[in-house]
Order: sequence, then C-alpha cells, then structure tokens
Amino acid sequence: MEILSQAGLLAPVRAMLTSFSERSGFDDIETGHLALAVDEALANVIRHGYDSRPDGRIWISAYLIEEPHRRIRIEIEDEGRQTDPDQIVSRDLEEIRPGGLGVHIMREVTDTCEFERRKPGGMRLILEKTPRGEHENPSDQNHAGTPENGHK
Amino acid sequence: MSSGNEMEINVENRDDSVLVTPIGDVDLARSPSLRSRLGKILGESPTRLVVDLSQVPYMDSSGVATLVEALQQCRARNCTLFLAGMQDRVRSVFEIARLDTVFTITADTNSALDA
Repeated sequence: MEILSQAGLLAPVRAMLTSFSERSGFDDIETGHLALAVDEALANVIRHGYDSRPDGRIWISAYLIEEPHRRIRIEIEDEGRQTDPDQIVSRDLEEIRPGGLGVHIMREVTDTCEFERRKPGGMRLILEKTPRGEHENPSDQNHAGTPENGHK
Repeated sequence: MSSGNEMEINVENRDDSVLVTPIGDVDLARSPSLRSRLGKILGESPTRLVVDLSQVPYMDSSGVATLVEALQQCRARNCTLFLAGMQDRVRSVFEIARLDTVFTITADTNSALDA
C-alpha cells in the first residue's frame, strides 16, 4: 500500500490494519496496539521525515508470518530525512510534557521495532507483533537482526 | 456532523464547569481541532474542565499530548481538569505513557462534575 504523507490518511490505514490483524487471530487489545504502533510510526514519518509536507510517499507492507511462530510484520518505508537509528530513542517519561511519546509507545506495544536507513534514501521501520500465547519461547521476544528481504 | 480533519466537539457550560465532549478518533489529523477548542475554552477561565472521552474510541500520542498541554494550562490557571468515561483502548494509551496517574480520571462525567 502506498500513501502520501497526509495525516488525514491515517484513519483508513488503521482500518485496513485492524481488519488484517483481526483476521490473523489477534484479539481486540492486540489489534488496537498494532494499529497504534503503525499510526505512531506514520505520524513520525509525516512530521519528522517529511516536515509535514503533504506530497511525500510512504509504503506500508503487512505480512502474516507463520514460522517459527505466528506473528504480523509491518514494514514502513519512506523517502524522507534519514536519521541515525541509534538516535531514535524514547524520552524520559518522568518529565510530564506534550510530545515525544511515539517511539516509547511503538516499542512498548510491539515485540520488534527496528529502524534502518533505506537505500538510496529515507528510512525503513520493521514492526513485529506476536499474539499472546504464540511465542515459541517466552524469553525470546526480541527478534534481533535485520529483516530478510526474501519475505517480500 | 463533522468531516475530514475537523473534529465534532460538543461544549456545555454547567455553572463554573465546562463539559467538553469530543466525538470520534483523536489522531494527528484531528487533534489540532481539539487543541484549538480546549485553548479557547481555557481562555475563558473555567474553574473545572471535564473532558468526556466516552465517545472517543481511539487516541494516539498527539491526542495525549493535546490533553497534557490542557493539563498544564489548567494548572497555570487554577482550573481542575478531569478526564471522564475513557474507553479501554484509550486508557491503555495513557497507561503505556504512564500518564494514567498524572490525570484525574473518572468513570463518568457525573463523577467528575460532582467531585
């Protein structure tokens, strides 16, 4: 799915992902969290990657992966400003102020949240979420490494 | 009915309290209209502001930021802010952001207006 960097398009993307997640066996809370993570990711691309320009392109891919355990993978790619992935961190939540919560929320509600620089430009974000009870090994919830492009 | 990025928001004055009821999702597209409306209301210096969230099925961090800003403005103006009637999905966002103990959250608007 390709969209332009416009906040008004977030609602239809949420609706599409909600339907995909529900059909994939995620419960209501998990589905809500997945939609929230994607929403926050897209909002970051719109605001920071494209500086709220309405004509930036964003690609969203969703996969249901069955092995070694069932999970949903979402890939979000853009052509906006590149950022060092190591610099994309949550802020101190003790400080009560508006803004800066998006990265914290994304990391909190997904099992994998990995930013990469995309070639030739822009960023790629990989989000993965596993339904409760589907983890092969409960202690192995951090799927390190970069995505296998072969999944596409 | 509102459409597009404009949010439908009902406002009701009750003595020195103001009851604000946004209707629909509060996301990056629609939080600016809620922010603008709350700013105008707070400019009239109510002593109590109750935001009824019972008709908000979804809120992202831009909506949360809007309410944090309203909370800061309330504190500066000696106004008490209540968030009433949160749906579970919205409450979970406040919990994830660890803001559920920062706001005064009530089960419904009557609890907030009677507090």
